[in-house]
Amino acid sequence: MTEIFGVPTQALFGQLLIGLINGSFYAMLSLGLAVIFGLLNIINFTHGAQYMMGAFCAWFLLERWGIGYWWALLVAPIVIAATGIVIERTMLSRLYKLDHLYGLLLTFGLALMIQGLFTNEYGSSGQPYRLPEEFAGAYNLGFMFLPKYRAWVVLTSVVVCFATWYVIERTKLGSYLRAATENPTVVKAFGINVPRMITLTYGFGVGLAAFAGVMAAPIYQVSPQMGANLIIVVFAVVVIGGMGSIMGSILTGFGLGVVEGLTKVFYPEASNTVIFVIMVIVLLIRPAGLFGKER
Amino acid sequence: MKLFKRGLLALAVAATLGAGVAQAQISDNVIKIGILSDMSSLYTDLAGAGSVAAARMAVEDSGIEKRGYKVEFVSADHQNKPDVGSAIARQWYDTDKVDVIVDVPNSGVALAVNQITKEKGKVFLANGPASSDLTGKACSPNTVHWTYDTWMLANGTGSAIVKSGGDTWFFLTADYAFGHALERDTEAVVLKNGGKVLGKVRAPLNTQDFSSFLLQAQASKAKILGLANAGGDTTNSIKQAAEFGIVKGGMNMAGLLVFLTDVHALGLQTAQGLIVTNTFYWDMNDQTRAFAKRFAAVDKGIHPTMVHAGVYASTLHYLKAVEALKSDDGTKVVAKMKEMPTDDPLFGKGTIRVDGRKIHPAYLMEVKKPSESKGPWDYYKVKATIPADQAFRPLKDGECPLVK
Repeated sequence: MTEIFGVPTQALFGQLLIGLINGSFYAMLSLGLAVIFGLLNIINFTHGAQYMMGAFCAWFLLERWGIGYWWALLVAPIVIAATGIVIERTMLSRLYKLDHLYGLLLTFGLALMIQGLFTNEYGSSGQPYRLPEEFAGAYNLGFMFLPKYRAWVVLTSVVVCFATWYVIERTKLGSYLRAATENPTVVKAFGINVPRMITLTYGFGVGLAAFAGVMAAPIYQVSPQMGANLIIVVFAVVVIGGMGSIMGSILTGFGLGVVEGLTKVFYPEASNTVIFVIMVIVLLIRPAGLFGKER
Repeated sequence: MKLFKRGLLALAVAATLGAGVAQAQISDNVIKIGILSDMSSLYTDLAGAGSVAAARMAVEDSGIEKRGYKVEFVSADHQNKPDVGSAIARQWYDTDKVDVIVDVPNSGVALAVNQITKEKGKVFLANGPASSDLTGKACSPNTVHWTYDTWMLANGTGSAIVKSGGDTWFFLTADYAFGHALERDTEAVVLKNGGKVLGKVRAPLNTQDFSSFLLQAQASKAKILGLANAGGDTTNSIKQAAEFGIVKGGMNMAGLLVFLTDVHALGLQTAQGLIVTNTFYWDMNDQTRAFAKRFAAVDKGIHPTMVHAGVYASTLHYLKAVEALKSDDGTKVVAKMKEMPTDDPLFGKGTIRVDGRKIHPAYLMEVKKPSESKGPWDYYKVKATIPADQAFRPLKDGECPLVK
């Protein structure tokens, strides 16, 4: 068998694929963050908590009412987006005129409170969410054993990410949104309800986080800490991709998943720091991020 | 001078309150118990608020308050940070007049509290932490390590599995002091019993996705995947191992530190067949069942883990020693605790060694199949009992300076 740096090439394919799967979570989460930052200028630290709430919502639907995975994929994002809209209307909307820092502090505080409440109510070890029947089993790819559910995660994530990119960058609605961020006064003058559009955008970003949460539920324990563990990495992804750049965060999400996967093979101890090392290097060379524009 | 003043104050208070003879040696007339635990993160369910409840139950059952002693409780969250834990311990001892610190899940924090307790001449009842160094190199005349330790886990689960044919191992280790200690102790057991270690991988603490490591384990063709991790890391790695068909592929898993609450979190469908070593299981006899019933009523239905049981039993024994001595002087109380044989409803009769190690049997258990379980929390069947004299590291091997 051929080898690369002492690792058989076949095993390496497996690791690349795994990296891509993890990258798809990074992509979905950083996409939501990028949309919110790009269009609202809010650094949404509650994102991790909203991802966790999405997973809990799915679990709750199944435990309480026996509502399964497919409905959860639809219902959980809507429910969590609604809570997001309440947060935006009652709190965030008061901060738009202030520095980014205020939004960051507010959302960070909210994240801690939400996480604390969930820990208090559901404990720390988490709840199991059963894998939907349809996804039992795996594909034998020859070089690895690919669980069907993981294949589904990658495909869905690619579709969701590119659909979002398309809506924002290539449709009329997207152009309104982008215009409203650039110059809200002029857009208002054209008779468009800018505050409502901003609110819905925040709701959409939050819904994306919740959607990722439902996708994650069958793989990870549904626990109050699941978002906190991920959010810092996702922020690094957004920074590397370029704050607010939608395509940047998608590509960086997948790319860094792969880089992290390879680190897990060659030097596992560094696998949780490698992304931050890359972030530092990128910030030194291109402060606006790989795909960001200097403002 | 400060001490002198405090002594005067204590005397004055004692005189004004007209304290009885029995309490003459109890500082401020109050036995103050501090429960230092993880109240908000990954170890909350296996210790946390349940440990506070267990300590309260011990005080209630000891009946000590009916005999004129006053007992108070404080509790705090160490956040799994040694600096936070140390600061709380110092404040408790110096200004809040805490006499004994109980629990402390997390070896890093526990080693710090161990040192501070020794400096201040107080008492540390270690129930949550795993590191066998607490009764080894870091042993202290003020610490009793009650529930379990890494040597016991390695010896119990490790040797049972090697003897039943699982002689080639791959370790998935949490990359910090606890994981390294557990891996080291288990590897020694595997090699001693004629097994081989084919590889190991060290995953950062709180890793979300273990699939990459699991593929590496699978590629090693080892028969046993040894999980030298704890809490969320263990549940996530077991869950994902099932997803990637590790067990179906012929590799068995050894969870080296698995608590009852972890099994509950995983569900039997995923956890079935896992071999674990614990020193306590609630469904052993009438006394343990009665305890579990009372405990579950106050801790959101959670059934007691071995850590909760340890908090209860060690607090009970501590109170007996205080009463026998009529003093809460830390160093003297621990000496008395070691001198008196232990006897409680949860661990039965036992002893505490000079190095601070509490000695009791350990149980090798298998997680039941869903069809064998009668309902929530009915999870284990006992496969073997490791007698008390074999369950823990021999006194001479620990390098504890107190052992001469």
